[in-house]
Amino acid sequence: MINLPATDVVIIGGGWSGLLMAKELAANTSFNITVLERGKPRNPKDYIEGMDELDYALRYRMMQDVAKETVTFRNTVKEKSLPIRQFGSFLPGDGVGGAGEHWNGMTPRFLPDVFEMHKATVERYGKARLPENSTIQDWGFSYKEIEPFYLKAERLLGISGLAGNPMASPRSGPYPTPPLKQTYFGKLFSDAAEELGWHSYPAPSANLSQTYRNPDGVIRPACQYCGFCERFGCMVGAKAQPTNTLLPVLRKQKSVTLKTGAQVRRILTKDNQAIGVTYVSNGKEYFQPAAKVILASWTLNNTRLLLLSKIGNSNTGRNLTHQVMGAGANVFFTKPINRFMGSGSSNMTVSDWDGDNFDHSGVDFVRGAYISSPAYGARPIANFGNVPSTVKSNWGSEWKKAAIESYDYMARIGSSGEHIPYKTNFMDLDPVYTDNVGDPLLRMTLDWNDNERKIHNFINGKIEAIAKRMPLKSYVLAAPLRRYDAVSYKSTHLQGGTIMGSSAETSVVNPYGQHWQVPNLYVLGASTFPQNPSGNPTLTVLAQTYRSAEALI
Amino acid sequence: MKRRHFLTLPLAGALRAFPLKFFTEDQAQIVSAATARIFPTDDSGPGATEAGVTLYIDRQLAGPYGRDRYRYTKGPFEAGTPEQGYQGEATPRQIYREGLKLLSDLPTLSPEQQDQRLRSIEKTYFFSLLRQHTMEGLFSDPMHGGNQDLTGWKLIGFPGPYMSWANDIDKHFGQEFRPKPQSLSQILNRKLTPWEELEP
Repeated sequence: MINLPATDVVIIGGGWSGLLMAKELAANTSFNITVLERGKPRNPKDYIEGMDELDYALRYRMMQDVAKETVTFRNTVKEKSLPIRQFGSFLPGDGVGGAGEHWNGMTPRFLPDVFEMHKATVERYGKARLPENSTIQDWGFSYKEIEPFYLKAERLLGISGLAGNPMASPRSGPYPTPPLKQTYFGKLFSDAAEELGWHSYPAPSANLSQTYRNPDGVIRPACQYCGFCERFGCMVGAKAQPTNTLLPVLRKQKSVTLKTGAQVRRILTKDNQAIGVTYVSNGKEYFQPAAKVILASWTLNNTRLLLLSKIGNSNTGRNLTHQVMGAGANVFFTKPINRFMGSGSSNMTVSDWDGDNFDHSGVDFVRGAYISSPAYGARPIANFGNVPSTVKSNWGSEWKKAAIESYDYMARIGSSGEHIPYKTNFMDLDPVYTDNVGDPLLRMTLDWNDNERKIHNFINGKIEAIAKRMPLKSYVLAAPLRRYDAVSYKSTHLQGGTIMGSSAETSVVNPYGQHWQVPNLYVLGASTFPQNPSGNPTLTVLAQTYRSAEALI
Repeated sequence: MKRRHFLTLPLAGALRAFPLKFFTEDQAQIVSAATARIFPTDDSGPGATEAGVTLYIDRQLAGPYGRDRYRYTKGPFEAGTPEQGYQGEATPRQIYREGLKLLSDLPTLSPEQQDQRLRSIEKTYFFSLLRQHTMEGLFSDPMHGGNQDLTGWKLIGFPGPYMSWANDIDKHFGQEFRPKPQSLSQILNRKLTPWEELEP
């Protein structure tokens, strides 16, 4: 073990939350800050040669190396947990910038009642309406308290959007940039939704609609709609990524050291104080002493490091949630839609059936989903092959003909639904499988329950209503939701495990991300979210990081 | 010395021989016969043969993918539920070697008999890989050995990784917009080495 000189702050993870915290602390304090990132450095020039669907979208060039470390998964405690041998339902990032490099840039705010979901649900519908075994809990603050930080995060990234959506959260200021350009699919979707009297709005986007200079003086250009967004880095820097939004500022900060290839194994504590971290780099083990430790290594690793370090309480690992993404329809248009063009946030969305935006008195579930019309730029390996339901095979002449004819006439209406937490969905350490350095893998126990299945069916019905008003030849509605699976991609929005709350009895960290038992340890990221709203989490992760930074400064 | 094996492909009207890196000639013929039924050359256009799908699969199996570089391969290996995903111990190379043994007479059969044979194995993991790799060989960038002459992209109107559609994204509504397909190498105007040749 090599002992390193002490630092004031050590930050575990060089993604959105860790690097934003480093930037804020460097700008406002005299702390020496060390960021430990286990992946590689990133060079924006890589992203031009990276416009290769096979290597980046299918072989996961930018993701965590699954050969070294994965998680094990089972639906219920009655089953044996087995390793997810190839990532499927979510894609953990790796390297400087983390998943913030290869995201789509969708940046909605969470609905106001998300922060007080327990209170709001019980007040309006009564305790009896909380689903069996559910563990919904409030964040410990209200939307009003986080709103200024949302605005700050939007200005950091330059979010492109259109204000005025009555189904979205209220805003105290305008979007920094106007919305992205409208795609043909987006227009057809919006026309149908408006006919139904619903509200169709462009998804707020971290892919810029025009050149933008942020408050730090960082300038980024407009999106080129090249269609290589999700699972890729942006070759022009139009999509906000930690490397193009935070690194230009951090590079000038002498008080910040960013070490790559540094895999943290433990957070060490003494008398309920964190004293530093141990990490492995190039086969050597180091001890980095620190006065404060910030854990910012994404949902799964945040939880795993606390468990491996034996820090905390019986709440660590609970409230594991994903998102209910299955409701949708493949729609086959009468005209071509040139679907190779698009951006990761080219997406008209309807939030009329999200959260508690509609009265749930007459339905037998709580919460909801937003409906979307993603025009991300269809890449051919992943998107070729969808055919109308009249074709039964997925290979051979008949299928080939139908798939070619359908290829550019087809799109998918999708959705993103809320996942409430349950006692039965949690994380702990796996008793059998280990990573490349011999530490136990994290074990996920996760399944859907009836509330999710009912949201799925309900939203499918709303999507069908939209489909029926579009100029279609046919549509194929998604099958009902059954069990959670680790195979099909949903989103990389796993949440929970180190949840926040107003009491140490029911949470791991306080509403500022400060650990209840180890007060000089802070946890950042969606691992602190007590339940999974429909909205994409990154903007809230950034807003919450700003709140934590204020507590630390 | 080990005998070198070749795959002959009909490219742009002429036959061209490529040295194989993984398959024997016999194995390559079986893969060619099978993928030509999965994505046939017929009235709706060229198929797996013209795109060089077999060459693509050969390159992938010879490289890091073939030896399972992109999978968690620690044991114990146990049968799981469908929700837990593929749990087998066999690498893609082993799966192909075993799978191709079952199809050894495929090249000698009539197209109808070939379809019947493939139907009988279409629920196997081997077939799911074969089908998936056929799609990859048709539609991946040609640097990987498939999609020869951009056959796959031309067939479906995918133009390739152009740098910008900013002037077109909100135009051509309801009209076919079909820019000439170009590979990443053509767009960047330099030769590219695929990852399967870079990664040890």
